[in-house]
Amino acid sequence: MSRHTLSVLVENQPGVLARTASLFARRGFNIESLAVGPTESQEVSRMTIVVSVEAHPLEQVTKQLNKLVNVLKIVELDSTQSVQRELVLVKVKTTPASRSQILETVSLFRAKVVDVSQDSVTIEATGNRDKLDALVKVLEPYGIKELVQSGMVAVGRGQKSLTDKAKHNS
Amino acid sequence: MSEQLTGAQSLIRSLEEAGVETVFGIPGGAILPAYDPLMDSKKVRHILVRHEQAAGHAAEGYALATGKVGVCMATSGPGATNLVTPIADAHMDSVPMVAITGQVPSQAIGTDAFQEADIRGITFPITKHNYLVTDPKDIPNAIHEAFHIASTGRPGPVLVDISKDALNKKSEFIWPKELNLPGYKPTIKPNNKQIREAASLILSSKKPVLYVGGGIIKAGAHKELFELASITQIPVVTTLMARGAFPDSHPQHLGMPGMHGTVAAVGSLQQSDLLIALGTRFDDRVTGDLATFAPGAKVIHADIDPAEIGKNRFADIPIVGDAKEVLSLLLAAIKDEQKKGVSGDYEAWWSVLNRLRETYPLGYDLPNDGSLSPQYVIERLSDITGPDAIYAAGVGQHQMWAAQFVKYEKPGTWLNSGGLGTMGFAVPAAMGAKVGQPDTTVWAIDGDGCFQMTNQELATCAINNIPIKVALINNSSLGMVRQWQTLFYNERYSNTDLQSHSFPDFVKLADAYGCVGLRCDNPDEVDSVIEKALGINDAPVVIDFQVNKDAMVWPMVAAGASNSDIKYARDIAPKWERED
Repeated sequence: MSRHTLSVLVENQPGVLARTASLFARRGFNIESLAVGPTESQEVSRMTIVVSVEAHPLEQVTKQLNKLVNVLKIVELDSTQSVQRELVLVKVKTTPASRSQILETVSLFRAKVVDVSQDSVTIEATGNRDKLDALVKVLEPYGIKELVQSGMVAVGRGQKSLTDKAKHNS
Repeated sequence: MSEQLTGAQSLIRSLEEAGVETVFGIPGGAILPAYDPLMDSKKVRHILVRHEQAAGHAAEGYALATGKVGVCMATSGPGATNLVTPIADAHMDSVPMVAITGQVPSQAIGTDAFQEADIRGITFPITKHNYLVTDPKDIPNAIHEAFHIASTGRPGPVLVDISKDALNKKSEFIWPKELNLPGYKPTIKPNNKQIREAASLILSSKKPVLYVGGGIIKAGAHKELFELASITQIPVVTTLMARGAFPDSHPQHLGMPGMHGTVAAVGSLQQSDLLIALGTRFDDRVTGDLATFAPGAKVIHADIDPAEIGKNRFADIPIVGDAKEVLSLLLAAIKDEQKKGVSGDYEAWWSVLNRLRETYPLGYDLPNDGSLSPQYVIERLSDITGPDAIYAAGVGQHQMWAAQFVKYEKPGTWLNSGGLGTMGFAVPAAMGAKVGQPDTTVWAIDGDGCFQMTNQELATCAINNIPIKVALINNSSLGMVRQWQTLFYNERYSNTDLQSHSFPDFVKLADAYGCVGLRCDNPDEVDSVIEKALGINDAPVVIDFQVNKDAMVWPMVAAGASNSDIKYARDIAPKWERED
């Protein structure tokens, strides 16, 4: 099984997320990560869906997604041809002794501290999954109190725009 | 001044604008506002059924018999959930249907209000598309889109759920002139390059088969299919959904493939070097074990739904398009090749197939005890009634026998629940078909198990002058399940004995519903009772054919087995090679 990133342009209407997510579930696919948000066009939302599947079933799920009336455009974004980012917020235990080491880690990973309290700091980091996994691994020994991670968002490299492509098709 | 209508009035006007003539349904609290203006409509006839499931199947039967969109209507909650089975059925068999449901008032949605069910959420996986409308001004657009989506591309069911307050509030009525569906564009025209490649592959193949599915009927492409078969001399098999797409009387027709297909049809696919799959989806009931299905065949797969192509079987030449367009272009391309002197030579292939067909024809043994043979009843029903009638079936043994022993010559004369396998389909579907084609004789060939799931609609038929005829193939059991128990469960008949030779008395039941009830358990009386039923046109008729319960459907490919292991009858495997 390999990991695939799908960018799906959908009409910005109620129920579209439920339709899309339930399609994955009933065709037997596990969504690893999902991010939904607005785009430059008010009528269009964009979903970035990460799934682990073989190539054949991926083609099938893409075709099934295409059948949803509210789905406008689907592309698979290759990791080498796109910029892929996730955001993580980690609340880490601190002691007077560990604090400076943690701050050093934060700066090495080009992350930032967004909240501080007596015995914890909250760190915000963005990057691809490998970078975030590495950061979390380094922070783990200090004691992670809470971790929250966003779904991945991704955009193709170069001048082409997915939204333009969708318009050309319609 | 613009025209102000209530949402309910707007709904009925929209149905009129969409060309709806018939709606099957039952009113209830949330949909009640819609029933008031419906009473005054001069264009829309509402038929009050006895159960919402029957409204859905009747809409399907109407759609299948007329080619128009079938419409059913129900209230919120249980009314809507009772539509779930026919909606799922229409989804599996690509039947154009619009289901309209009332919903609790929008401010009560999500509060577990009385008779609330999230029918839009429930039907996400079983509709082509669905709507929840909470603003009256959105009603015309939703209905307009619903009919377009249901009837175009690969047809299917669309549900429009309308909250009660939207039905009550007023708004300006504007029937939309255009559709705004940027994400919905079915591919109708096939790619020419693929058509040319298909034509040349067809003419260079040695053992081709036209594997024809229900898409041919939906697309109205039976004439093009007939011509293609005629000019190429390629054998044809018609799936359960395609019975009638190609005349049974045609010498190139090998019959139905699949679990209960003919040996010749199943054998043709297994030995073929080229499947020309048209409007069909390589269903497991056709392919048997996929890994050993048609092992030597290349595949040309034409379907209007791109998701079907390559889903179960790799397509060497995929063609996305409407079957009528595909066949028209394919015909032209093949004629071009033939003009250049290229033509297929299938003589050796036909000699293989003819041997299979002659050695293993469809047939059955008469019971030793003199009791009635179900196959004989269905064969006589077909011979006496003829190919102009419509035959609707339930699901099970009687359905398979009706697919095997009724001789279909025309599309739209065979209605059944193929994909979902919904018991109880026959009576309401026959009712819907009869409403759509009132001058055609409509037989429901039903089983005693199926019939007891939906026979309450005999009342609807009797009251509304819908004189369907029901041939009840009453073997007093859940026959297909019993057959599997005979074959695979050591004849342990767990919960399949319905005792319906006695309970209920179907003649009395028919009589109680204002229908004519007849009974037949004697082979010598079969013809006369069928003729009697055909002579009655002012009331529905039910014939209780009390048949032998040990009759089995043959041939049979056991579930999950390879098509090559088809049994012609119990413990009899066909010999694929000639023994000289």
